[in-house]
Amino acid sequence: MATDLLLTVSIQGVVQQIVFGLATGGLYASLALALVLIYRAMETLNFAQGEMATFTTFIAWSLLTYLRLPYWLVFPVTVALAVVGGVLVERVIIRPVERAPVITLVLVTIGLFAIFNGLSGIVWGYVVRPFPSPLPTSPVQVGGVGLSYQDLGLIGVSTIVLVLIWLFFARTRIGLMMRSAALYPQTSRLLGVRVGWMLALGWGLAAGVGAVSGMLVAPITVLDPNMMQSVLLYAFTAAVLGGIDSPVGAVVGGLVVGVLLALVGTYVPHAEDLRLAFGFIVILVVLVFRPGGLFGHVHVERV
Amino acid sequence: MPLLELENVTASYGSIEVLHGISLAVDEGSVVAMLGANGAGKSTTLRAISGMVKVSGGITFSGRSIAGLPPEDVARRRIAHVPEGRGMLAQLTVLENLQMGACLRRDGDGVKRDLERVFGYFPWMPQRSAQTAGLLSGGEQQMLAIARALMMRPRLLLLDEPSLGLAPTVVRSIFEIIGRINREEGVTILLVEQNARIALRAAARAYVLEVGEIAVSGSGRELARNESVRRSYLGY
Repeated sequence: MATDLLLTVSIQGVVQQIVFGLATGGLYASLALALVLIYRAMETLNFAQGEMATFTTFIAWSLLTYLRLPYWLVFPVTVALAVVGGVLVERVIIRPVERAPVITLVLVTIGLFAIFNGLSGIVWGYVVRPFPSPLPTSPVQVGGVGLSYQDLGLIGVSTIVLVLIWLFFARTRIGLMMRSAALYPQTSRLLGVRVGWMLALGWGLAAGVGAVSGMLVAPITVLDPNMMQSVLLYAFTAAVLGGIDSPVGAVVGGLVVGVLLALVGTYVPHAEDLRLAFGFIVILVVLVFRPGGLFGHVHVERV
Repeated sequence: MPLLELENVTASYGSIEVLHGISLAVDEGSVVAMLGANGAGKSTTLRAISGMVKVSGGITFSGRSIAGLPPEDVARRRIAHVPEGRGMLAQLTVLENLQMGACLRRDGDGVKRDLERVFGYFPWMPQRSAQTAGLLSGGEQQMLAIARALMMRPRLLLLDEPSLGLAPTVVRSIFEIIGRINREEGVTILLVEQNARIALRAAARAYVLEVGEIAVSGSGRELARNESVRRSYLGY
């Protein structure tokens, strides 16, 4: 048994799994980034993030299928629609409970989960549908490691999204106002900032990033109303691992979770069935030994 | 006509009324001080003006009612409130704090010029602009809060206890700058102070608050001579 295991482990095989892991990690990373954006704005987890992403991916599918628009047009249009939708969801559904305790907010996002999941099912049905990928799945060899253009695209897109988000927060006036509004709502209002709209914009951005992740996931799994549910779980793991309030942490966390899952799935016998459990184990270990995650702030308060 | 006028303003936190009908006037271009003990309602009066507490009664700014407006709309009328505790955006840098003061302005060139002017008042600021605001000393934070308010290009500046917790030399230099801002920028200033001595020296007019009501008012010089004010607030 032990020799069996040893025989199957080769350096090249490990590298191969790491590369696969990075590619799937890109999926978790983009949804984790969306979770972090909401968390930074209102210190709550949005359980509906995955279902919102699924819903927008169905919209993309309709644009591709019924309007026959080209993929490269559908992609930005879907992201834009998602941003508008996210803003609307915040203004209409979150706003009345904006100042409610976190537990209320969490319950509302669980309600949103059910609503968006149900809407996707009612509008598009539970038939499994293929979703196109802009990049071919044909393999490329990089230094003896085989991967596909699609895998490279996953890593590339999640990196680009992270850089764009970072630039937005670090370099733009609106980004600065959003950071200020999230951290210091009272003072920001005294400076003229409409804090409620900044929060709505945060939801819009998160929904936009979520839409990207939905369109990345759909070609790999298949498009159906439940496709994001396991992704959401790993995205939570990634976000917690990264420190829940750190965008960089979310992406690094996503990639790490992807790699760990690939290695566990390949080299630990019968671990395929335990992958979900593994996500929870990672959360638990991180929370016990490093409550602030890899990149998060540990809040120290004077009492 | 005064720039700011309060008429019979009452304010409550929950069911507890803390202002019982305040009336006061601030002339354009003047410095007005509000004195009084802890809990007299000085800070609440400023918070009432900037819309941070629910009020009834009349608040008129530049001839138009601002009573009941939310803080962000009061700020948009160029009333800058430096709150109690300075309201630092502590995790942001010094420069980001200043940018937040100007976050609604569309005149990029004007903002750049104002930044230079603000740096003229506070020469230590440019070389520390990348530092996190929360790591500044108390006096530096107070100066940054005033500088940030100036970036709003205010018509009225509300200052809540600018001397709080600061060493006497720092207090003197801050009040010197407050005086210059009033004279050189023409900014009208309403300030709340426990340090009556320095406030009365800076202010043309002063009001003394006692448990949510105005007890005495007059010119700074008159109040400095007033027997009961001297005994209660100046301690001599």
